[in-house]
Amino acid sequence: MSRLRTALSNPWARPRFLWAVGVGYVAWTMIPVLVAVLFSFNSTRSISNWAGASLRWWISDPNESLLNDPTIRQAIAQSLKLSALTTVIAVPLGVAFALGLDRWRSRGSGSVNFVMMFSFITPELILAVSMFLLFIKVFRVIGLGTTGQLLGLVTLALAYPVVIVRARLYSLGKEYEEAALDLGASPTQALRRVTLPLLFPAIFASAAIIFAFTLDDFVIVNQLAEDASNQTVSMFIYSAARQAPSPAANAVGTLMLVTSTVLIVAAYLVYRRSVRRTGGGIRGAAREALPV
Amino acid sequence: MSSTRQARRPAVAGAARGGFSRWLWPSFAAPATAYLLVFFLFPFYVVLGVTFGTIDPILQTPIPQWNPAQWDTGVLSFTLSNISHSDGIYFGAFFRTLAYVGLATLLCLLVGYPFAYFVARHAGRFKGVFLALFFAPFWVSYMLRLTAWIGLLQDDGWINRALHGIGLTGGPIGFLDGHVGTLLAGLVYGYVPYMILPLLAALDRVPHEHVEAARDLGASPARTFVRVTLPASRQAILAGVIICGLPMFGDYFTQQLVANVNGTRMLGNFIVDQLRIPIFLARGAALILVLLALLVVPIAYYLWSTARVSRERLS
Repeated sequence: MSRLRTALSNPWARPRFLWAVGVGYVAWTMIPVLVAVLFSFNSTRSISNWAGASLRWWISDPNESLLNDPTIRQAIAQSLKLSALTTVIAVPLGVAFALGLDRWRSRGSGSVNFVMMFSFITPELILAVSMFLLFIKVFRVIGLGTTGQLLGLVTLALAYPVVIVRARLYSLGKEYEEAALDLGASPTQALRRVTLPLLFPAIFASAAIIFAFTLDDFVIVNQLAEDASNQTVSMFIYSAARQAPSPAANAVGTLMLVTSTVLIVAAYLVYRRSVRRTGGGIRGAAREALPV
Repeated sequence: MSSTRQARRPAVAGAARGGFSRWLWPSFAAPATAYLLVFFLFPFYVVLGVTFGTIDPILQTPIPQWNPAQWDTGVLSFTLSNISHSDGIYFGAFFRTLAYVGLATLLCLLVGYPFAYFVARHAGRFKGVFLALFFAPFWVSYMLRLTAWIGLLQDDGWINRALHGIGLTGGPIGFLDGHVGTLLAGLVYGYVPYMILPLLAALDRVPHEHVEAARDLGASPARTFVRVTLPASRQAILAGVIICGLPMFGDYFTQQLVANVNGTRMLGNFIVDQLRIPIFLARGAALILVLLALLVVPIAYYLWSTARVSRERLS
């Protein structure tokens, strides 16, 4: 008892309890995912009873493997298509939005920023249902389906590049751009030749984040889908898990996990390298962080 | 700063105020602003129009009413009375949702705070590793994460085997037979990273000197925590509760996957189910309005308080 008390009152002791919390948390979040990955290599249909390793659900099963099931191939194609298109639309839109909101100082920009942040934090179901009603009751030309899913994902993703790029603008400060202006560049030249190259790591990071994030989206794509041809990977895993769990769903989930991880790691490496080169900003803290 | 800049470079500063540059930056913001107006704000008006509209007598689908003067509040009052009366169809789901989200958010805080505290303060040279592993769930598909638990919690899954193996249980526990506990565990598992995110940021910023000073001046570890660390993270706790709790209000898939019985259905389940039947579209829209009304105060408060905090930090 007294030893326990000594241990507890020693402020420099290694905090064993907190280490247990840290390691335990990581194990709790990661081990189930690793088990799901493992079961994609199961040789039977079970996702709970390990019966030996095989590539059955990846390539060898003639009907239900990742390679041979047309439903799965279609779902992968739909997911990749939606994510790629969302990234291509949302990144330029969001980067321009970030630059505009950063420099356009007026009452109007405050309200626009508020709406943007509101869209960022609104629960996805509310976004999904309101857009569902929009497409079936007003924009019937668009309707449900791939276009609707794409527009929904852009709404969901738009705020990410804004938040990331604006944070980078703050930490860069205005010195570089002002130097360019002092040396005789026009505002558009300064933007194109100085600011955009400096923003590249942030732009690349937001593209990777949007791609990885929309790849896993479920609520929006599910609500705005019209028929089976709009099914994405997340919808496929969901319906498999509800009706007939199969290691093939784990396999397709694993494939997406690998895709996202490669993207995020690449984005992180690019970001870290370029941020180090420009010294992480001169007086970033002097700028306000969130002008709502 | 800007005044010295103008004094030194009057020509350029003057040009920046000219006709071309005045519209340059607003025009950068214009496309996304238009997008948000059409695909974010206007849809809310469509929700109002459908909720307060009429039903087509032949097609049995709602006709939106765009003129607020002719709004029919029938469906909304139907919805509200079915929430407020104990025998109403939404009564159970409404209060279950509040209770589940409240409990799951509290559990997220209890799990998340110690972890964030550990990573910010005690992880030492392993901090980078823990941060990377913490961020991983953000890009692992939610469906894959839940599928993992479905496998583990089956009757012949590894958890039941382990419990049986060490002699704690005689037979398999039907974790997936529709228990509130499983649903809460699923919600906590799914949303706890959102709780930790702001906590990590805040606890990382608590100056080490303040903690050391409190300890040097004789405060016990517990007192140091209560008087120094906790107040410094109060804003982050609020942020965590909001960004972790809000999306749970719209969750229906966790219930469908791990606790699919009528007794655990949440508001999200009712909303999604009603949208499948054209004649009930207006009821689904009315429930979205209720949800929005419930959440608009915490959302606005969160946006306002983060803006205030960032202003204070600069002055």
